Formats: sequence, structure tokens, C-alpha cells
Amino acid sequence: MKKELIRPYGDTLNDGKIQFSFSLPIGPGEIGKEAARIILKQLGLEDIEICGMRDLKGGFTQFIAYASTSAGVDPAEIKVKTVDTPVMDMEATDEFIASHLGREITVVGACIESDAHTVGIDAIMNMKGYNHRYGLERYQYINAINLGAQVASEDLLRRARDEKADAILVSQVVTQKNIHIKNLTKLIELAEAEGLRSQMLFICGGPRISHELAIELGYDAGFGTGSYSTDVASYIAITLAGQRAKA
Amino acid sequence: MLKLNLHPQTVERARKAAKGIAGSFDWLFRDYSSLTIERSIVRLMGIDGADADGRPLPNLVVDHLAAKNLLSRGAAFAIANAMVNTGSTAQEVAEQVADGKLDLSTLQPASEDAVAAVLDQISDQALAQIREQREFRESQFALYGPRRQPAIYVIVATGNIYEDVKQAKAAALEGADIIAVIRSTAQSLLDYVPFGATTVGFGGTYATQENFRIMRAALDEVSASEKRYISLTNYASGLCMPEIAVMGAIERLDLMLNDAMYGILFRDINPKRTLLDQYFARMVNAYAGIEIQTGEDNYLTTSDAIEKAYTVTASQLLNEQFALVSGIKPEKMGLGHAFEINPEVENNFSLELAHAMLTKALFPNSPVKYMPPTKFASGNIFQTHLMNAMFNFIGQLTGQGVQLLGMLTEAIHTPHIADRSLAIENAQYVFNSVKDLSTELCLAEGSFINTRANTVLEEATFFLEKVEDEGLFTAMAKGDFADIRRPENGGKGLDGVFRKDEAYLNPFLSKMKTELELS
Repeated sequence: MKKELIRPYGDTLNDGKIQFSFSLPIGPGEIGKEAARIILKQLGLEDIEICGMRDLKGGFTQFIAYASTSAGVDPAEIKVKTVDTPVMDMEATDEFIASHLGREITVVGACIESDAHTVGIDAIMNMKGYNHRYGLERYQYINAINLGAQVASEDLLRRARDEKADAILVSQVVTQKNIHIKNLTKLIELAEAEGLRSQMLFICGGPRISHELAIELGYDAGFGTGSYSTDVASYIAITLAGQRAKA
Repeated sequence: MLKLNLHPQTVERARKAAKGIAGSFDWLFRDYSSLTIERSIVRLMGIDGADADGRPLPNLVVDHLAAKNLLSRGAAFAIANAMVNTGSTAQEVAEQVADGKLDLSTLQPASEDAVAAVLDQISDQALAQIREQREFRESQFALYGPRRQPAIYVIVATGNIYEDVKQAKAAALEGADIIAVIRSTAQSLLDYVPFGATTVGFGGTYATQENFRIMRAALDEVSASEKRYISLTNYASGLCMPEIAVMGAIERLDLMLNDAMYGILFRDINPKRTLLDQYFARMVNAYAGIEIQTGEDNYLTTSDAIEKAYTVTASQLLNEQFALVSGIKPEKMGLGHAFEINPEVENNFSLELAHAMLTKALFPNSPVKYMPPTKFASGNIFQTHLMNAMFNFIGQLTGQGVQLLGMLTEAIHTPHIADRSLAIENAQYVFNSVKDLSTELCLAEGSFINTRANTVLEEATFFLEKVEDEGLFTAMAKGDFADIRRPENGGKGLDGVFRKDEAYLNPFLSKMKTELELS
């Protein structure tokens, strides 16, 4: 079977063109420019053109470059883990919960540990929602409890247990030095230790979180940039209904 | 000339309501103090350092006083009394307390005159030091000329103060006027200020006195070489708000994020604790000549920027009145607002312009602080860079005081060095391009922009009058602000608020009030 490799596209199929922008701790000049070119060469690139050089002062320079790669990939061989449940709007999700579960479901959410940035959890949970999608608080069949920022993992789990939550939503926005991985791992380990892991869905979200990463960390699902309340609510409703059907 | 026509009676009503609200907390400011206010006093008395476990001496001393029931008279008295009794300096007293060698409850009260003399001398000395820093700053601006308007404000946030220094210097050399060292994400809820230089933080760098000193020295170097005074800012907010204000006053920070209500609404810090702390923190800022900045942008990152535009205006007016109570002059009030309208909304630029002009018109003498798009900044850095240009356009067109530059990578990471440089390039290009454009323009009669600004003002006025009727604490408990319910006795830090007894002393507060001509 013939492989259909695809390559980066500039203006001609298979030209392999890629745009680069990076900085080096060196002043602007021919030596800096050559350093930038060599770094791209070491990456295996060809037709390297350093088209922009910006003095960042203090001994730093930014380089803007174009280059060609011979790397290619066969999309038919790619497997990624994605959240596969269909996405319903708020009304459809409410109706789905009513008919398939016949009760209100409880979702407890928080930005855990050191993370003080509620923008993600708020976009998903707050009444108002984000970009024309109402948040979970607005759903008739969802009891949404948003604990806000800097919530200790222990507190989130305690609340989830008290509320008999169906799902836990964790947001992690700050990712410097992989702090989000540490925080998410801590929560899941505590949940395992307390026997809560199998009691409810564990879902995480944030700009640097993918479904694949979430699965790897032991969560049921992960939602990255571009996810809306509708994605999360549909996933929860359909997954819970599926679990119920199996039980 | 681009100018709004606001209804003057509405402006007056809005200010009157805000003044009524801010003026109703005399009882709190007069009768109460907090752990962090006492620690601020301890710091002003010259006590600094930490024990082997990293616990700051100001905390050890104040916790000792609390444990021995000595706090209601104030830390100033207890320490001065120990100084009279033992002949030690304040620092030595603190060290002995920290070592467990001195129990302040075992000391006899010295004569009132002796204690008063010690406090008088020690407070004069501390205030003189702060005054010198203020005068030095003023002399620098006199020497090199005033800050540009809008000033170019950029952040550094590597977590490592030494790495921050490199980036801050580069940014200043490229044209930044103000450098903000973003704090580590968890610091607002720490009930102590970490000690010493720090190299690990998350989403930012810890605010410590040593970090302040390191960055100030680095920026002083650049100021001298560039012949342009580079300002430094940090955050006097969270559970240690007044302590950080004191540290900033001593180390000559030039601006401080210092909002009256932000901690309550967005960090769930107790309302009484926050208002009390901001009263003293802002007085320190006023005395030190530090420009405060307020955090109204937060209302728009959590709610819709059109629907809730009035909450920004209402908060600005409240922040203004609370600042006046603490002695801050309008020219030191960086009241905040933000460019956060959904870019898909038709005519969003006109709406943003209306809001920006409203802020400028309401506070013509204040260096109002304009915050960049964040909510609709995405991984598409090219689009974000373009939005930042539109934001910069409004900043120059409306003469904002401080332009907090947006980063093209806002949605991705704390800024890389080139991101910041591109932001400065963007601002300089736009500012220069439209420098005097506003003098060439005026609004059409019955213009949408003018109508919109008046609508927001009316909504804010209505809201403030309702809050004045209900009382601020009731309104917060009901969730009137930012749709977040904050009960008067809820939130963090209430147990750190205590009632002063009649013999309570805070010589710094009394002297600052006198010099700032406050009653």
C-alpha cells in the first residue's frame, strides 16, 4: 500500500516550508545570524532564510526565518485519543439527562492548588458561560458548584464526596515548570487513596491540556483550548448515561 | 478634539453615592487592626529577617503577641516597651522573641513617656527614610523628564528574580517605562511575605523585600544610562497588602496594584479584613508617593464586557473614594479598565472607545490604567497581536495614563523575551502613528459613542445608589458585585482582624495622617 505522506505547505505541494521565530542570547549581527542558521540546520532543515533579525537589547536577538523540511507524515497511521461523544446544545443536554438519567446531576469544579486563574473554570461553569454558550450553572439538570481558585485538592474531594458529585472538573491554567501536571497528579492520587476515583468522573481542562494527557494522568477526559461548556456537559451526560446502561 | 459630553448631574450623583459608601467605614478604620497591619508596623520599626525555617520575624513577633494576648494594644507598644526594658534595638527584641529567649508578656510596662519617646524616634526615622525615597523619585523625574503618556508598562514573570532582571533591563532599554514583576500565583493567599531573593515561582516571582531591592537597583542602572526614570511596580494585595506596601515604600517601588475590593471579590478574602488592610496600605502608598493601580479589568474577565461595563465604572468610583479617605491624590490614582469586548461583536471598537473615553473623562487628572485583551486572546498569536494594536490605538487616542501592553502569547505562556519586545514595538508604532490624531477628531452629534458612555455612566450610578442604600457588605453578600457572593463574615483572614483597645498605639498611622492632612 502506497503511503500518502503530507508535508508543510507554503505555496507549492510538498515544499515543506516552515516559519520560525526564536531568540538567542547573542547580540544582533552576522555571527548571531549565522548562529540562528546553524541551529535550524541542526534541526535538519534546508533552504534556510533568516529574513528578520530584531535587537531585543541586553544581548538578545530575535530571528525570524523560513526553511524547508523533508519530514512528512502519513495521516492514515495517526491515532489520537479524542473525546468522541457528540456535542449537544444546552436544551438537548438537559433533555438527554432528564430522559436517560431522570435526575439532576452534580458537577463540582475548581482551579486547584496554587492556580489562581479562574478564567477557564468560569467559562465552563458560570451562568454566563463564554462565547454564546451558557455555563453549567444555567443547565436545568445540572447542579453546578464552582469552588473558584486556589482550592486544595483535599477540599475539592471532600466537597465532591459531600455533594455526591457525578463529576469533578479541574482547571489548570498556569503551566510554568509543569506545575499543572504536579497538581493534577496530586488530585488523582488522593482520589485513588480515598476510594473516590471510581465514584465519579474526573475531568480536567486548560490551555495546555489534551484528552490524551488527561487519560495518561488517569482522568476520564481532558478538554483543551477551544472547548466550551457544551462539550463538557455533553460528555458528562452521555458518559453517565452509558455507565448506567452498563450497570 | 475628541471629547465626551457626559451629563454632569449624573457624574455628581455617582460620586456622591460612592463617597457615601466609602465614608461609611469610619468605625472599621478607627476601631480595628489586623495581623498584617501589625506586621507592617513591625517592619516599619526596622524588623526584618526570618528564622531557620524561613518564618519571617514580623510573623513570629506578631504571632507571639497574639498568643500572649498582647495584640490589642498594638505591636508598636509591645516592642517599644521591650526596647525600654531591655535596652535592645527593635531587631534584637524580635530576634530574642523568635529564639524563645524573650517573653514579652513578662515585661513590666515602662513609663508612658519613655515608650512614647522610643516610638517617636523610631517612627520619625522610618518615615524619613520613606520620604527620602519619595524625594529621590521626584528628583529623578525632574532630572530626566516626566513619564510618557500612555506609559509603556510590561510584565516580567519568570519566577526567578535574576532572570527577571535580564528581561526587565532588555525591556527598559527597548522603551518600557514601567516594569511589573508578576507575583507567584499563590502569593495573595499567603499570610506572610517570603524572605530573601527567590528563584522559583509559578506564573511569577515572589514579592519579597530583597527581590524588590534587586530589581530596583537594576532599573536604576538603566535609568541612569537611558536618562529616563524606569518605574517599578508590584502588588500590594492579598493577605499581606499593607506589609507589601511598606516594603515597596522602603525599596522605592513607584506603583502598586492596590485595589480596595479585589481581594474580597476575586480572592475570597474577608471583606472587613480587606477594607481595613487597604485603608492602611493606601495611606503608606500615599505617604510614599506611590501611584496605586486598581483591578477593574477583573470584572470583565469574569463577566461580559458590554453588559457589565458599568461595574468597572462603579468600582473605579469606589476605588477613588476609598483612596481619598487614605490620602491618595487623584494624580496618583491609576484607576483600571480593560479592552475585553468580544472581537466578533460588530462595532466593538466603538464600544471600547466609548468605555475608554468614559474612564478618561471621569478621572481627567488620574493616570488611568488600561488593560489589554486577555479573554479573547487565543493561541492564534497573529490575531492577538492585531487586537493589541487596536487596543494601543485607543490608548493613545484617549490619552490613557498607563498602557499595560498586551502580549501576543497572552493565552499561551508568561512572556518570552521576544514577545515583550514585539509588544513594545507594536505600542511604539501605534502611539507614534496616531500621536496627535485626537486633536483632529470630534464625535458626531448624538453619536453612538457619546450615548453609550452616558448609558454606562447611568447604569453605574443606579448601581452605586442601590449599593449605598443596601450597604456595601450587604450588596457583596447578595452577589451584586461580579456575580460573586461574599458574606461579611466569610472568606479568608477574618480571624486576623481584632478590636483595638483604648491604649492602642500606631505612631506611623498618626504621623502619616497628620502629614497627609487627614482627620
